[in-house]
Amino acid sequence: MNIALVEYGAGNLPSVERALKGLGVESRRASTPEALVGCDALILPGVGHFGALMRSLGERSLVAPLREAVSRGTPLLGICLGLQAMFATSDEAPGDAGLDLFPQKVSALPPVDRLPHMGWNQLRRTRPSKLLEGVPKDAYFYFAHTYAALDAGEAAVAFCDHCASFVAVLEQGNVFATQFHPEKSGPVGAQILSNFVRHASGKR
Amino acid sequence: MSLAHRIIPCLDTDGERVVKGVNFVNLRDAGDPAALAARYNIEGADELVVLDIAASRDHRPTFLETIRRVAAELAIPLTAGGGVANVDEGRAILRAGADKLTVNTAAIRNPALLTELAAEFGSQAVVLAIDAKRVGDRWEAFVRGGSVPTGMDAVAWARQGVDCGAGEILITSMDKDGTRSGFDCPLTAAISRAVSVPVIASGGADTPETFLEVFGEGRADAALAASIFHDSIQGLGALKQFLGERGISVRQSG
Repeated sequence: MNIALVEYGAGNLPSVERALKGLGVESRRASTPEALVGCDALILPGVGHFGALMRSLGERSLVAPLREAVSRGTPLLGICLGLQAMFATSDEAPGDAGLDLFPQKVSALPPVDRLPHMGWNQLRRTRPSKLLEGVPKDAYFYFAHTYAALDAGEAAVAFCDHCASFVAVLEQGNVFATQFHPEKSGPVGAQILSNFVRHASGKR
Repeated sequence: MSLAHRIIPCLDTDGERVVKGVNFVNLRDAGDPAALAARYNIEGADELVVLDIAASRDHRPTFLETIRRVAAELAIPLTAGGGVANVDEGRAILRAGADKLTVNTAAIRNPALLTELAAEFGSQAVVLAIDAKRVGDRWEAFVRGGSVPTGMDAVAWARQGVDCGAGEILITSMDKDGTRSGFDCPLTAAISRAVSVPVIASGGADTPETFLEVFGEGRADAALAASIFHDSIQGLGALKQFLGERGISVRQSG
């Protein structure tokens, strides 16, 4: 199993690497277009700013190769800002285009409750999910964000409610993403990563 | 379904070992940070804070190594800080494995530091730590490990800090710290009402009832404690069960 973590100068790669290692899965870092080719699965971790992430991917010429890998059927898991990057645009950086795997946009959560949405919250499942297989319905996951996708059409499989209802887990074909951090979500987070790895290895 | 109230063990370190004092003085050794981190990760801590309370420049490499050792034990978020004075020092702490960093003294000297850190790492990674002490009818912010008064009103400073970019407030009551006499609920509630970001209450943790109070009248989003956990006076699982049974949303499993 050859898993590549997309490295673009930010993000919390070590914690994702550690979480994978805990599952007995070795990963490597990919920061060039060539490195995105020939892997069995890709993970796009993310922390920080939508515009900064997209510009970093752009500077490394990774935007088109990422989209091509997805078209080839390579399983991709986006985490937190990595989920947001899959959309067309974000309120956080109106001038910057996202990866546009989903046509909707990322919005600022309305400030009706405390923001950032910081801490452990539960999910509301709306469709069957591969990532959530074996995960208890009332499980808590760790979130840390102020922006979120309110809609992802049929790709949304679970929502979370804080300030608004927003997409917490999305799955469509070989594309997977979580707004929360599975690598920071204890045993249930490890289960999510394990489900992704298992699904990705089945795809080989 | 709602956001859970967080229980956060705190490791005050001299850079290398966990230490604990009363009212910010009389420090004593309380163990190995990585060993404690591993224990709290399994017992169901929602997050861990590790602070360098010595915060001397000479010890910084030691503290970064401590962060690495602690982070390696965790599948939960880690916040670290102590003496962070600029963006480069903040980056070093995050690169070492922390998800968030705390700033205190340097932010009071230069509030723009909060703006710079938020621009670089996002507000969600910037925790403004405030050490406050009751002075007359208000709370005053102190710096340098609680040794130097600033003349600033702690509540007003919290509000300003959030305007500058802080994504969370860690409010420590110097009057309560290490006393095991309950959290400072009036202080925490005043901060909580003044800001829109999450508030972590610190100082005075004791029985499960004291946590119930700080999540109720104290309006805290998270509560931090050290000695009651280090000394196994209070178990995390039992504490969360107590709170859950009284209607406080908490993450029950480990």
